Amino acid sequence: MSDKKNTVFLILQDNEDARPIIEAVEQDNPDANIQYQPGMVRMEAAGRLLVNRVTVEENLGREWDVQELHLNLISLGGNIDEDEDKFEISWR
Amino acid sequence: MPAKKLNLRKRYELLTRGMGWETTYQKMDDVFPYDSFEGIKITDWDKWEDPFRLTMDSYWKFQAEKEKKLYAVIDSFAQNNGQTNLACASYLSAIKLFITGVTPLEYGAHRGFAHLGRHFRGDGARIACQMQAIDELRHAQTQVHTISHYNKHFSGLHDPFHQFDRVWYLSVPKSFIEDAMSSGPFEFITSISFAFEYVLTNLLFVPFMSGAAYNGDMATVTFGFSAQSDESRHMTLGLEIIKFMLEQHEDNLPIIQRWMDKHFWRAYRLLGLVAAMQDYMLTNSPMSWKEAWEVYFVENGGALFEDLSRYGLKMPKYHELATAEADHISHQIWSVFCSLGNATGFHTFLPTEEKMAWLSEKYPDTFDKYYRPRFEYWAEQKKAGTFEYQKGLPQLCQVCQIPMVFTEVQTDPMQISYRVTEHGGDKYHFCSDGCKDIFEHEPEKYVQAWLPVHQIYQGNCGGPTLPEVLDWYKFKPEDSGDYIGSKDYHRWQEWKGADKKVKQA
Amino acid sequence: MSIEISAKSITPVRLAYGNLQQRFGDKKPASRYQEAVYDIQPTANFQYRPLWDKNHDIYDVSKTAIVMEDWYSFADPRQYYYGSYTIARAKQQEVAEHNFAFVDKRDLFDAVPEAVKQAVRDVLIPLRHVEWAANMNNCQITDECYGSNFSSVAMFNAMDRLGMAQYVTRIGLLLDGNEETTLDAAKQAWMDAPQWQGLRHAIEDMFVLDDWFELMVAQNFVLDGLVFPLLYDRFEKKLTQEGGSTVAMLTEFMDDWYQETVRWTNALAKVTAKESTENQALLSSWVSKWMDRLSIALEPIAIEAFGDDGANELVEVKAELLDRLAKQGVTV
Ligand SMILES: [Fe+2]
Ligand SMILES: [Fe+2]
Ligand SMILES: [Zn+2]
Repeated sequence: MSDKKNTVFLILQDNEDARPIIEAVEQDNPDANIQYQPGMVRMEAAGRLLVNRVTVEENLGREWDVQELHLNLISLGGNIDEDEDKFEISWR
Repeated sequence: MPAKKLNLRKRYELLTRGMGWETTYQKMDDVFPYDSFEGIKITDWDKWEDPFRLTMDSYWKFQAEKEKKLYAVIDSFAQNNGQTNLACASYLSAIKLFITGVTPLEYGAHRGFAHLGRHFRGDGARIACQMQAIDELRHAQTQVHTISHYNKHFSGLHDPFHQFDRVWYLSVPKSFIEDAMSSGPFEFITSISFAFEYVLTNLLFVPFMSGAAYNGDMATVTFGFSAQSDESRHMTLGLEIIKFMLEQHEDNLPIIQRWMDKHFWRAYRLLGLVAAMQDYMLTNSPMSWKEAWEVYFVENGGALFEDLSRYGLKMPKYHELATAEADHISHQIWSVFCSLGNATGFHTFLPTEEKMAWLSEKYPDTFDKYYRPRFEYWAEQKKAGTFEYQKGLPQLCQVCQIPMVFTEVQTDPMQISYRVTEHGGDKYHFCSDGCKDIFEHEPEKYVQAWLPVHQIYQGNCGGPTLPEVLDWYKFKPEDSGDYIGSKDYHRWQEWKGADKKVKQA
Repeated sequence: MSIEISAKSITPVRLAYGNLQQRFGDKKPASRYQEAVYDIQPTANFQYRPLWDKNHDIYDVSKTAIVMEDWYSFADPRQYYYGSYTIARAKQQEVAEHNFAFVDKRDLFDAVPEAVKQAVRDVLIPLRHVEWAANMNNCQITDECYGSNFSSVAMFNAMDRLGMAQYVTRIGLLLDGNEETTLDAAKQAWMDAPQWQGLRHAIEDMFVLDDWFELMVAQNFVLDGLVFPLLYDRFEKKLTQEGGSTVAMLTEFMDDWYQETVRWTNALAKVTAKESTENQALLSSWVSKWMDRLSIALEPIAIEAFGDDGANELVEVKAELLDRLAKQGVTV
């Protein structure tokens, strides 16, 4: 088996509401590759990408429900694990 | 007594499971009559897990928020005549193709998922399908609302639903969705949720909406991205259902593999229209079809199938051919539309010098060699006034219903790819091995196809002459033909001329 | 900039889509409701027959015995399209959420007499299964019906029923500090207790009805027309008198929902009956068939809810419903 991990990705709208989430992804996934494209922001990483509720709340300065992510979500690739504290995308 | 705290997972389970019951006055097989004839074996529906745990109250809350935002944009777009901010009115050909070809698919998905939302035996799967059924209704309705303003100012958008049932190139999307809808529920969900939404939808929406942003169409960007936020849920449902079926019983694998092969090819052929839209109809394209194919199919799709290989599922049959065709199909399909531009409900136009330079750069191996000469030749003819639209009607593939324009890209890209088979004493024609395989597996289904060209010849489409047929389509004279010189063109010039004067003043 | 141009040359070339001009004239723009629900469903040139039903097209008027010259004669008086629908429900759920939180935070159920709580457990909580069935039945109508106005209204109704099944479930959880005892007992009663079997039997028979319009009548005209006035209105009032106003706070959604829903079911009954004497006769026969069946099925539940007054309460509710339907032209 190779160690190469396949790319997972998350695309959000490029708007003010999504900013704190994008910043949280940057903070929690230092290896993620973040590309700004017309109208949208594409975030990719090898194997796994995490959106952490606590980090988003710190950036936002208020409580944040992980399900609010859906308001600005455009697309994703990978298996999803969503609960109260995180939204995680991964390929094993 | 202090209440026990429920976590999201447990709470969701209580709010979605246990409300249904094993019926005793009627047999379960009569209450759910359609979920076994396809041969898919489900031993335990309770193993179904929803990736997103949306109860109805949060569904209403979040969706209402999306709708408020969307309609605020639509209203201000109309009030401020946002259409004047487009890069060029010729861009609207893409929107014309979208509302006539894609919006009806949203409606079909709404009804198809309602069928599954009633007829899957598992409670969790039913709820997931119902949420998708109402989402798809949303997409159809918001698209009609968004494009309504364009309809007030431009040609070709006035009768999308009448046209979907009749027009020659719209039988491509119509036959695609009706193929899925006339299948059993497991095949439908494999087709729509997995092959179309998970594997390929990013190729439709992401570059297209990004393209709309790039061409100043803020209304379309807004509905597109807003719909995509639902689409992410749908894609995930697609992946879950595939994993679920594969985990339930090993006998399911060959059935699913065949459906995967079939519906990948079906959806991929449909996306040929999107390829033309992306490379040619968009005034400015942020990404070529080929680039989008590389990112969203080769790379992301590759990762997906690698993940699924642990269940024994393989990449869909003929995917290598699809990748090889990425260098060709947008040019081939746009050529067909240009050569039959007197019979399209949107304007066609030859690529400008600037556009051709971009195409040469994006398609270094094929554009200059095979396609540029054709467009330049037509441009000369137009200049000289000798250009003529193709006479006679093209032969359509019995399965995908696209005219025979695809070529043998792996051996001789100038040679039309053409396949034939016999069934019940009749000959049937195909654009590819992919379409021929699909036919041969279910000939009784595909002999039924309502092929627009055959129907015209049989006199079922308003009359024998082109004007009669176009009238039957409800195409108005100003809807078809070249963009240059059209009503849309003149209107645009008038606005832009006025714009210049205002700027000068 | 564009505003300056608009004064001069930006006049629309048409005001509405062609299908809406044909229906409503070309003099004014169509409403959002009209744009959203009219004529979106394909009507012709179907490609393939469904594998499981070779006798019908994908969309087929012959899936019901009701005949309409134009299936778009019916219009939803609420004018719901997806956006206006979700925005209306989002407001209602906000109120409901507030009420649930309030009852939870203040432990309001502690003050409710045990007899009232037990009545809620016995009568209201099993209704989550009834709502669940209503969800399935309306999904069936969405699947089988003809026309995008129908599929739209039935879809919204289906999702409403899921939402209400979830609210009833939450009442059950709230009663027992998030333990599942009440829900389990209600399910047990639904499956086995004699007083629920008539209703469960009738509902299971509705699951296998062939004609979607008959299902519309049985579920949305008759069953809802009996259950909501009887159990969410009259029974709640009785509970309130007995110290259970907390319960009424938690079922406000259902009350409002029913008041609103009656408006479109009335409109539908009226327009369908008016179309022809054949339609009228069909509607009447379905109403009387299901009225008989369901009122008998509901009698033991009425007695459980109201004791000796039960039979009488049910008779009154039935009379009100028949009267209301008669006003729409459906007489039995
Ligand atoms: Fe959609
Ligand atoms: Fe979708
Ligand atoms: Zn084909």
